[in-house]
Amino acid sequence: MKDIITLAVESSCDETAVAVLKNGREILSNVINTQIELHKKFGGVVPEVASRKHIENIDAVLEEALTEANITLNDIDHIAVTYGPGLAGALLVGLSHAKALAFTLNKPLVGVNHIEGHVSANYIEHKDLKPPFITLIVSGGHTHLVEVKDYGEYEILGRTRDDASGEAFDKIARAMGLGYPGGPIIDRLAKQGNKNAIDFPRAFLDDGYDFSFSGLKSSALNYLNAKKMKNEEIVVEDVCASFQEAAVDVLSKKAIKAAKEKGYDIIALAGGVASNSALREKITELGKENNIDIKYPPLILCTDNAAMIGCAGYYNFINGRIHDMSLNAVPNLKIGDR
Amino acid sequence: MKILGIDTSSMATSVAVLEDNKLICEYTINTKKTHSQKLMPMIENMLNISDININEIDVIAVCEGPGSFTGLRIGMATAKAIAHVNKLPIVGINSVEILAGNMNLCDKNICSILDAQRTKVYMGQYKFENNELIEIKNVDVVEIDELIEELSNSNEEWILVGEAVYKYEDKLRLVDNIHIPAPSHNVSKGSSLGSLAMNKYNKNIGVYDCYNINPIYIRKSQAEVEYEEKMKRLNDGK
Ligand SMILES: [Zn+2]
Repeated sequence: MKDIITLAVESSCDETAVAVLKNGREILSNVINTQIELHKKFGGVVPEVASRKHIENIDAVLEEALTEANITLNDIDHIAVTYGPGLAGALLVGLSHAKALAFTLNKPLVGVNHIEGHVSANYIEHKDLKPPFITLIVSGGHTHLVEVKDYGEYEILGRTRDDASGEAFDKIARAMGLGYPGGPIIDRLAKQGNKNAIDFPRAFLDDGYDFSFSGLKSSALNYLNAKKMKNEEIVVEDVCASFQEAAVDVLSKKAIKAAKEKGYDIIALAGGVASNSALREKITELGKENNIDIKYPPLILCTDNAAMIGCAGYYNFINGRIHDMSLNAVPNLKIGDR
Repeated sequence: MKILGIDTSSMATSVAVLEDNKLICEYTINTKKTHSQKLMPMIENMLNISDININEIDVIAVCEGPGSFTGLRIGMATAKAIAHVNKLPIVGINSVEILAGNMNLCDKNICSILDAQRTKVYMGQYKFENNELIEIKNVDVVEIDELIEELSNSNEEWILVGEAVYKYEDKLRLVDNIHIPAPSHNVSKGSSLGSLAMNKYNKNIGVYDCYNINPIYIRKSQAEVEYEEKMKRLNDGK
């Protein structure tokens, strides 16, 4: 059988990324141009600034991805592009570019859900991973517990009712003046702290599959305020470790519960927070106790990247799910929606 | 030589193909539907009906701004991708110049305006001299009331052109030396863009490739403005 070459484009937030894949799971190139430094001074991603950077960089990133993959545009079988969820202005740069590429090259266009991309990062890393399985999607914008029934077929079991987990990490980091992005900083500082120092609340919400992080966030903010009022020293490492422990405790236990109740023996982590070391340790430990295999992508595939979009796009493509030139960005696209 | 013009700087989406001095096709849709939904299907349909393959295009012309930030980027990303695939030059044309180009050979002074939100407009002033469009005042963002004041105090006759004239029509109609053209002149047009681009391309002015052309926003993002104000306050406080 002839190899299928996918060209994938991702610009939903602050990374301009282009990747080339062979047969969906083999990365030929995966170029990521991150804007983190640019947004640091604003304390978070500024959509207009991100969009301006995407349009400046997209062609150079594309060319680098082609060169690295050692192919030309004519070798491509289809184009995959993120069309949601994400920042509207940012999504529209990559989407408009990809649509015009597909049109000019006369190749099929496949719109990809960014979150499905994160889940698919696991297929790239774990070559024999196949649906069905449970996935826990955790990032700055999302916290979802999802049943992956087949390639491109998802059922949402639970989601956050308020803040996304990564968002809570960012807010706590900002409150302690640790900088942006908060997740990796908290992860690093937590390693030197005592995770049992402060007993932050865990929201199990009557034991369903939904999450809530606003209580944990408020509790941590109140703790920091109270300490400041009383002029007491804040042990930043302990706050980080205790906060992180409370968050990953809920995430891990809910995911394990879902796998057990739904009868699955695989949980795949996905999204930016899937790179959190405490989450990986905690869920792996619980997985061992329950005979559940825990999978997660390598760090580079946890951050936003186009390889994961290409992988999800490949499965859409071979299943005949392609789009026409009227495809628009859908900033609040849900997983499983088309 | 065939040139494809793409304008997405205001509400109207307009595309056209010119071959040397002839307009082959033009497609304009002035509705609220997003440029993302309109632009590519319009290019696809227009080329299809006109029996032109995208690979026959030699030069891409695109509106570089100012105008709707997101709109500009949709047009620019599209232009860049087509140019990238076929290694084509891209000619960037100012949005206010395109509108002035709609008033080809008019003997009055021309002031083009585009909505810049609230009571501001993007503005440029032009005049036709010896068949050439001459710039009187460089593109800028101004308060509409200040612009009306300025024009009404001048001793010249002015044509005010652009979608934004309808937003301020009541005020503009009161000024004797300001004239509003027919509706067909008040939308940015791919044909006007294409003609200006053909001229510039032949003179090798404003010719870019997919790597070095970028939108001209005139204005910073709100976050940058606020950040700079904050920094200024902090520095002044010292
Ligand atoms: Zn993401």
